[in-house]
Amino acid sequence: MFNLTLSELSQALSRGEYSSRELTQAFLDRIQSLDTQYNSFITISEEQAIEQAKAADAIRAAGKATRLTGLPIAHKDLFCTQGIRTSCGSKMLDNFISPYNATLVERLNQAGMVTLGKTNMDEFAMGSSNESSYYGAVKNPWDAGRVPGGSSGGSAAAVAARLIPASTGSDTGGSIRQPAALCGITGLKPTYGRISRYGMIAYASSFDQAGPMTRTAEDAALLLQAMAGEDPLDSTSSTQAVPDYTSTLNDNLSGLRIGLPKEFFAEGTDPLILQRVQEAVAEFEKMGATVKEISLPNTQLSIPSYYILAPAEASSNLSRFDGVRYGHRCDTPKDLEDLYKRTRAEGFGAEVKRRIMVGTYALSEGFYDAYYRKAQQIRRVIQQDFIDALNEVDVIMAPVTPCSAFHLGEKNSDPVSMYMEDIFTLSLNLAGLPGISIPCGFADHLPVGLQVIGNYFAEGKLLNIAHQYQQVTAWHQQAPANLSED
Amino acid sequence: MEWEVVIGLEIHVQLATNTKIFSGASTAFGAEPNTQACAVNLALPGTLPVFNENALRMAIMFGLAVNAEIGKRSVFERKNYFYPDLPKGYQTTQLAEPIVGPGFIDIETDDGDTRRVRIHHAHLEEDAGKSLHEDFHGMSGIDLNRAGTPLVEIVSEPDMRSSKEAAAYARKIHAIVTTLGICDGNMAEGSMRCDCNVSIRPKGQETLGTRTELKNINSFRFIERAIDTEVNRQIDLIEDGGRVIQETRLYDPDKNETRSMRSKEEANDYRYFPCPDLLPVVIDDTYIDNIRASLPELPDARRARFCEEYGLSEYDAGVLSSDRAQADYFETVTGLTQSAKLSANWITGELARLLNQADLTIQQSRVSAEQLAGLINRIQDETITGKIAKTVFEILWNEGGTADQIIETQGLKQVNDTGAIEAAIDQVIAQCSPQVEQYIQAEPDKRGKMLGFFMGQVMKLTQGKANPGQVQGLLKQKLDQRC
Amino acid sequence: MSLDRSDVERIAHLARIAIDDSEIPEYTESLNSILTLIDQLQATSTDGITPLAHPMDAVQRLREDEVTECNQRDRLQACAPAVEEGLFLVPKVIE
Repeated sequence: MFNLTLSELSQALSRGEYSSRELTQAFLDRIQSLDTQYNSFITISEEQAIEQAKAADAIRAAGKATRLTGLPIAHKDLFCTQGIRTSCGSKMLDNFISPYNATLVERLNQAGMVTLGKTNMDEFAMGSSNESSYYGAVKNPWDAGRVPGGSSGGSAAAVAARLIPASTGSDTGGSIRQPAALCGITGLKPTYGRISRYGMIAYASSFDQAGPMTRTAEDAALLLQAMAGEDPLDSTSSTQAVPDYTSTLNDNLSGLRIGLPKEFFAEGTDPLILQRVQEAVAEFEKMGATVKEISLPNTQLSIPSYYILAPAEASSNLSRFDGVRYGHRCDTPKDLEDLYKRTRAEGFGAEVKRRIMVGTYALSEGFYDAYYRKAQQIRRVIQQDFIDALNEVDVIMAPVTPCSAFHLGEKNSDPVSMYMEDIFTLSLNLAGLPGISIPCGFADHLPVGLQVIGNYFAEGKLLNIAHQYQQVTAWHQQAPANLSED
Repeated sequence: MEWEVVIGLEIHVQLATNTKIFSGASTAFGAEPNTQACAVNLALPGTLPVFNENALRMAIMFGLAVNAEIGKRSVFERKNYFYPDLPKGYQTTQLAEPIVGPGFIDIETDDGDTRRVRIHHAHLEEDAGKSLHEDFHGMSGIDLNRAGTPLVEIVSEPDMRSSKEAAAYARKIHAIVTTLGICDGNMAEGSMRCDCNVSIRPKGQETLGTRTELKNINSFRFIERAIDTEVNRQIDLIEDGGRVIQETRLYDPDKNETRSMRSKEEANDYRYFPCPDLLPVVIDDTYIDNIRASLPELPDARRARFCEEYGLSEYDAGVLSSDRAQADYFETVTGLTQSAKLSANWITGELARLLNQADLTIQQSRVSAEQLAGLINRIQDETITGKIAKTVFEILWNEGGTADQIIETQGLKQVNDTGAIEAAIDQVIAQCSPQVEQYIQAEPDKRGKMLGFFMGQVMKLTQGKANPGQVQGLLKQKLDQRC
Repeated sequence: MSLDRSDVERIAHLARIAIDDSEIPEYTESLNSILTLIDQLQATSTDGITPLAHPMDAVQRLREDEVTECNQRDRLQACAPAVEEGLFLVPKVIE
């Protein structure tokens, strides 16, 4: 049961092999007994899950089930879930029980999915290792001494450890794709605006994008179908019609034009990772794709540009955490300033405070033009590089990360070395483009991800490519060796 | 030394939308604390703004009414600062690309000239909540019902040269926004709030002096008084060898003084940047033209028409056109009475007096335009005298009904019967023989003045009901017979 | 660009984050290393390039002016740290 994909479980439910109630209980039990090893969940919402599962069974009995009805899912703990703590991995929101559902949560609830709990994450989604969580680090199921990546580290680890067949994540600079790669699962970051941000606690508003984290592209397509679409509550959600993602999964890839940006294959990346990516590209050539080298000349500038713009937005987005209306509040504040300063000093962790301060500085008087404005100009340059490249090729393929899962604590002391982890992922967020990470082999027994980048709203094409690859390879079916099975 | 006063105004106008600028919560005034503060207004984690089209339309209406360029592309920015009435920790406002660009209005100066006051720009933004200072164990209470109410902030150039001009400018803005129907104009409830930037300089000097900003003044009268007080303070300061420092000051109407707001002293660094949760607002000419076509007649045009069409004085026309409801009321009464003069007199006289006493707006008037017209018509057809009309009006105000009913039931009809009037005159002449003697002795050109005394006596005797024209004619005739 | 102690104190104040004297050296060091990273931008000329505020070339959509929210005060204040008579309590606001 635990090794089945969403679509396989969906079939089992419709065949009546077990009820959603039984399925839910089985996964809840598994989380309870195994997650002590991984720490991938912050909150397990057992009661609500049982209620939802019962309701799903009733819907099925009434003949109104969708493909997602009764299937278990876990949400990254930055999606607001009504009646369930939504902590964002922070002490600041340790006591925050959301009074409303994020649009994404609401849509998956409407589709009949069952929320088993909330997954661990870097505090306020700021991190690439899941070590900045107030609730402690998450351990990579492939090697408990290593990080699962971040910031959606709990979501990735839980799927990899078969604690949950699918989860939601969010990607501001690589936070879906990088942990997906490090944990050997499939993670899709859609085009900016494809999925509503309403109810997703903001890190950097013009970058943040939710997406599915699954074991297969087919499952990702199923979930994206339910998650995507315009939301009147999010002005930045796209009005573009949502295509039928599952109907194009089996399109023929013959003639597909693949671009390999030379800047993503340069020195500094683990040669084993480059080798796995090249092997994956060769698989596509076998399917009739053509490959050419392309250039994204300003890739190096994406890190400084991102680390100005995202913290700047974050510094403002996180001002609402002031101890007045919800969340942490310091004891016996002596005046207003003391309330603000101690509440925020106590409620936020080190990395969050660092980014707030960097962003505050970048926006402050006299520095705006040199930092913020300049970074926005570079953002346009980087976007233009992608637009030019995607005029020449259909998709771009590249590694997701420069190295495979690193050791817990390895990059903790130096924020800048942690930031370099995002070199291959965050330029997409600057441009707003979609990208998918799929397992493409191993480097020293650790999973390696292949990144496929497409044009705006080309999620269907990316899922098609990923699905075709998963038809001819078995990397996505590999499970960590030490997992107990049912 | 002779000083010149330089004043610029920033006026915040609350837009009369049903809902807030970025959420579907009601903007109604006076609700229980925090019952109109929704998840967006409380800045709950994950919530996002969506822009209210009506706020956009109203801002454009204002821009068109002040001859301004409308921004085809406007951008919301975040102004970052911490304050408990500001739930997000930033105010969503406009800075570099506002919805309304440069414009102007004309105001009338003390000496009857017209002065053009340039408007630098006007932008859309959200209002903050309120801090209530009643003592909650030494704490303040925060009510966020007002948070997110749409505002247009109208920023003038420093074109005004006296407190009277500043008040005239504010009155004109008030007349425009109420005529447009984009603001209820209720200054006591904070629907229109005024910040005054005040500086002085030696007459003839080009460069501006250091200015102070007087915050949140909520009546036209206080605008004048606050500015006068502040100007005097600045003059005294400079003439005593001191220097004006740039700061925010609060006007205290009770003590009639301004004082420094130390809490706002600290140099602010608002870290403005474009709000990433909102996209640029883009509109085209058709959109603007449709709004232009729907604009009501503006105060200046209405005032000119009132002079032209109804023959009103500049003054009456100005007063009546300064408020849309009042101008509408006037036109209704005039339409029903065919007498613009009487209508204007009654509205600016008795009605204004009672409204003022009861602290009501004309929309809340206890005498409707139809009721007043009924009264005026009875004056015109001489059913009642002007004096009796005032009594009838008070009854209308206090008890309601129609003029006709009141005249009938209280027996207030004018006495036009010559016989009855002559009898009353004869009685007065008989009772007042010393005065009659004086009248006879007086020079003929002084007698006219003395007639007033006898008029008063006759009217008193007839309880004000005698037709005053008839009384005057007959009285003169009878007295002059004796000379 | 390099930050010193007073810069760090000023930024922390703007951001309303209390920092101990003992933390300042660490903050100064890590913020300076981040600044070194982001200062790499300065070498690139961006003359004449329009800043990109938002990845999608879209315009703001407009909402109808209809009340969609009803009073939910009790629910929305359930997680509030200090509430009395429906008001959020904070240390005395001085104007």
